[in-house]
Amino acid sequence: MDLSLSEEQKMIVDQVRRFVRDEIWPLEDKLDPDTDELPEADHLRLVSRTQEMGLYGLDIPPEYGGPDVDIVTRTLIAIEMSQHRAGLYAPCYGVFGGVGGPGQMLEANDWQKEKWLYPTLRGEKKAFFGLSEPSGGSDPARAIQTRAVEDGDDYVINGSKLWISNADRADYGLVFARTDPTKGRGGVTCFIVDTDTPGFHVRRIVHTLRSSRYATELQFTDMRVPKTHILGKLNGGFSIANDRLSRQRIPYSAACIGVAIKAHEMAVEYAKIRETFGAALATRQAIQWMLVDNEIDIRGARWHTLEAASKAHNGEPFRMEASIAKITATEAGGRVVDRCMQIHGGLGVAKDLPFERWFREMRIRRIGEGPNEVQRHVVARDVLGLSLR
Amino acid sequence: MATPIRMTKPWRPLTPAEADKVAGNLGVYQLANDAGNIVYIGAATGRSLFGLRGEIQDKAASPPDGATQFRLEVNTSYRTRHRELLMAYQHDNAGNLPPLQPAEDGRGLGKLSPG
Repeated sequence: MDLSLSEEQKMIVDQVRRFVRDEIWPLEDKLDPDTDELPEADHLRLVSRTQEMGLYGLDIPPEYGGPDVDIVTRTLIAIEMSQHRAGLYAPCYGVFGGVGGPGQMLEANDWQKEKWLYPTLRGEKKAFFGLSEPSGGSDPARAIQTRAVEDGDDYVINGSKLWISNADRADYGLVFARTDPTKGRGGVTCFIVDTDTPGFHVRRIVHTLRSSRYATELQFTDMRVPKTHILGKLNGGFSIANDRLSRQRIPYSAACIGVAIKAHEMAVEYAKIRETFGAALATRQAIQWMLVDNEIDIRGARWHTLEAASKAHNGEPFRMEASIAKITATEAGGRVVDRCMQIHGGLGVAKDLPFERWFREMRIRRIGEGPNEVQRHVVARDVLGLSLR
Repeated sequence: MATPIRMTKPWRPLTPAEADKVAGNLGVYQLANDAGNIVYIGAATGRSLFGLRGEIQDKAASPPDGATQFRLEVNTSYRTRHRELLMAYQHDNAGNLPPLQPAEDGRGLGKLSPG
């Protein structure tokens, strides 16, 4: 695989890199170290800047008005966008825009697009993705216990969801519910649910290591949803969820690499200027080896992630590559941030520097978007030619 | 076990002497009037000098209108907990923020139905 960048890719990467350095880092110097949002005036100003750059709405397909950026270039951009304190979960604080909701809405029918997708793309509506439940998130096809029972022109939904981001702020969301209890993955349907539907409740915030972005727990009590709100086909929800999970692993990996690169850069600089016992840290073999291991980790994760992006771009199967990217980037990212904290000593664990936030948030990445054990299971299945039971 | 959504710690007098007893941790706090009605919900963030103690000392030095009591919770998840307390207050008070809360604290707040 050729990892060299085209002239256009180099230009875009350079543009985003300068944006992060010149616009985001100076703002972060003044913000709460755990924040995930900018003051409104700064947000609007930077959205104007990304619109001028022609990079606003990165994940919106060109037919819906987004910039025509292929997935490899998008991955390179994601690596750059995350190179700041909030970069792992709030890359550039969202000023590059996005779909504003689950990408699956692009598969909606014309009536559904008018009602939900277009307002979302215009920034008028927000959405959430409701898959995981208290019974488990790694095997949604079997773990989903939320039931949807047909009743006239509606389905009546009862159950709960856990680890759902943005549900408390959303206007609608995709809710996966079991419509046929006799079938495993073939008995799940995806419903588009307005959050003002009677019976829809956001019961609590789930506090985690992630200090700003939180998850929520949802409860559905006799929630009546019209059949016209089914996204895709009845009992076809699993493929909708599955497609999202594979594709999402690529930018998820890229963000880990971006943070690792920034942490490594800071450690290299610090090792050159920090002296102990009369010599710079950089002259100590223990430190040199940590930096070398960082370099190896970052290069390996970058290669795997771009390989997955390249296969997806070329229309080739990429599920295994996306899983390998997710494993290597999240684990390498964790090791790199950990070493960089060690090199910085006490400063590394203080909120004065971004390492402690990266350390906490990077730990979540080995669990989010499918735990790494499940990713290894996916890879093992392809390597051994076994079906997943 | 999940933290109770509404803060249940006992109220303490909002005086300089009581504020001096507070530790300098990160966390969240509430101010109330004599009747125990919440008037403000705040947080000691990573940028607060002396954490909760600094925040409460500032408030005790010049108490906001009507505030006579405080209670607090040490919490490293101070940002999400602060949002949760504001959302719970809105749920209990017809969507309103506490009377002394700046309007910008309501920006981007979600809707919670804690039951």
